[in-house]
Amino acid sequence: MIAQDSGRLSGRVALVTGGLRGIGLATVERYLAEGASVVISDLDAPDSAAAAAVIERLGPAASYIAANVTEEGDWKRASDMVRDRHGKLHILVNNAGTDLTGAVESITLADWRKIMAINVDGVFLGTREFVPLMAESGGDFRGGASIINISSIMGLVGYAETSAYNASKGAVRLFTKAIAIEFATKKMPIRANSIHPGFVLTPLLHSGFQRWVDKGFAETSQDLIDTMAGTTPIGRLADPAEIAGAAYFLASEDSSYMTGSEVVVDGGWTAQ
Amino acid sequence: MSRRLDGKVALVTGGTTGIGAGAVKRLAAEGAKVYFTGSNAAAAKLVCDESGATFRTHRVQDEAGWTALMAEIRTDHGRLDIAFANAGMEAGDDSVENIALDNWNAIVGVNQTGVMLTIQHAIRAMRDNPEGPTGSIIVNSSMNALRAMGNFVAYSVTKAAVVALAKSSAVHCGNQGYRIRVNAILPGVVETDLIRGVIDRSPDPVAARSQFENMAPMKRMAQVEEVTGLVAFLASDEAAFISGGEYVIDGATTAGTMGV
Repeated sequence: MIAQDSGRLSGRVALVTGGLRGIGLATVERYLAEGASVVISDLDAPDSAAAAAVIERLGPAASYIAANVTEEGDWKRASDMVRDRHGKLHILVNNAGTDLTGAVESITLADWRKIMAINVDGVFLGTREFVPLMAESGGDFRGGASIINISSIMGLVGYAETSAYNASKGAVRLFTKAIAIEFATKKMPIRANSIHPGFVLTPLLHSGFQRWVDKGFAETSQDLIDTMAGTTPIGRLADPAEIAGAAYFLASEDSSYMTGSEVVVDGGWTAQ
Repeated sequence: MSRRLDGKVALVTGGTTGIGAGAVKRLAAEGAKVYFTGSNAAAAKLVCDESGATFRTHRVQDEAGWTALMAEIRTDHGRLDIAFANAGMEAGDDSVENIALDNWNAIVGVNQTGVMLTIQHAIRAMRDNPEGPTGSIIVNSSMNALRAMGNFVAYSVTKAAVVALAKSSAVHCGNQGYRIRVNAILPGVVETDLIRGVIDRSPDPVAARSQFENMAPMKRMAQVEEVTGLVAFLASDEAAFISGGEYVIDGATTAGTMGV
């Protein structure tokens, strides 16, 4: 077991979108354990049971804002809140995302635009909104501020009946490289990297698998999990905490020369 | 320094200088018992004094020496958890048009065959760990695996080859049910003593330094400690789901081109 109380993120302020569940929540928990202050954003209302339970459990170093990553106005509110509460931002995790499966000829333009809005527009808008504050804050620590964009193995390779998700996560991969070069050449103290998780046991995975079960691709969700484990060299799916470990590394001083890189955490899936 | 590697036993090849020496110090600082190999005994002494690590004279291309080295680690500690296949060379490299076959073979011997032997012997040792086959193997490739240099053909080719070697080894370990992970790191230009020497001996050291620094959009070279932070991460249980990966650490050099 890794000691997760080194305090190596003490003094840092982080914002994690989609932070109430799955990889986002695991990342929030890890950052808090390492001493950071964390602002969580997600779609749930602040007084909803889901948001209230998480915030109460996480304690005073965590705070919450209901925001939709596709809405420019919500990003402005989030940035006002971060400035008022902390005056700084060192770590931005653009984690909020959704999935979409189906044969390409069956995808509606509305569904296509929706996944692009969440997975791509959201990353762009979050980056655009926070670059000025992160540029101001980046000098506080060696390695500067860090933007961590959650792409996917599906941003590296194609997969049948996953074209819209592939396109959105591929966009995140190259957007990240472009901004990394942009910040570095301007000597702005912001690094940007993408994380590419493989199959992770998250609520999004379970709901996606349930849809496949409903379509008759498998008898149970567990059958699909076993199938995915069988196609992964390490032989299992990831726990969200294992993706959070990579998000912690990219947030810490240890990754100070890494920018524009792809951090693949997939149990060897794309190495085959 | 957090002590993520307490109780682990590590081996670093080419550990007397540069990234290798830095890795010996970092892994030891995080709690690992570290063995390292190389051929420069005087440089090794300094690393031992600073880190408490154990040095053994060995060249990675020497197959017989591997057996003796691993037998010693097994006798002393009964396990191996981390192997950093770091030893590499570029002396005598040239363009494909001009390189002498002896020089090509020497570089392939160290950079490619030597890494294969490191992985092979590391897996055989890790296979026998008391709790079953476990461990993390890290291969030091280079960003030149992605961006080949015309005047360093053997270096470019061997650094690309060991990325495939790491992936093949990762898939093999998975297929066997071993919990042994294998990953490659691809550093950009790192400000090692070797690079400092190249800069200092050039006709115009200021221009030479500037040329190295400007290769990366970040406009500086990596420090050794910035690369060894990645090695320690991949070595730790933090990276338990990471295998077959190629981790670029190059200040965005290969992320694209710098634009106008």
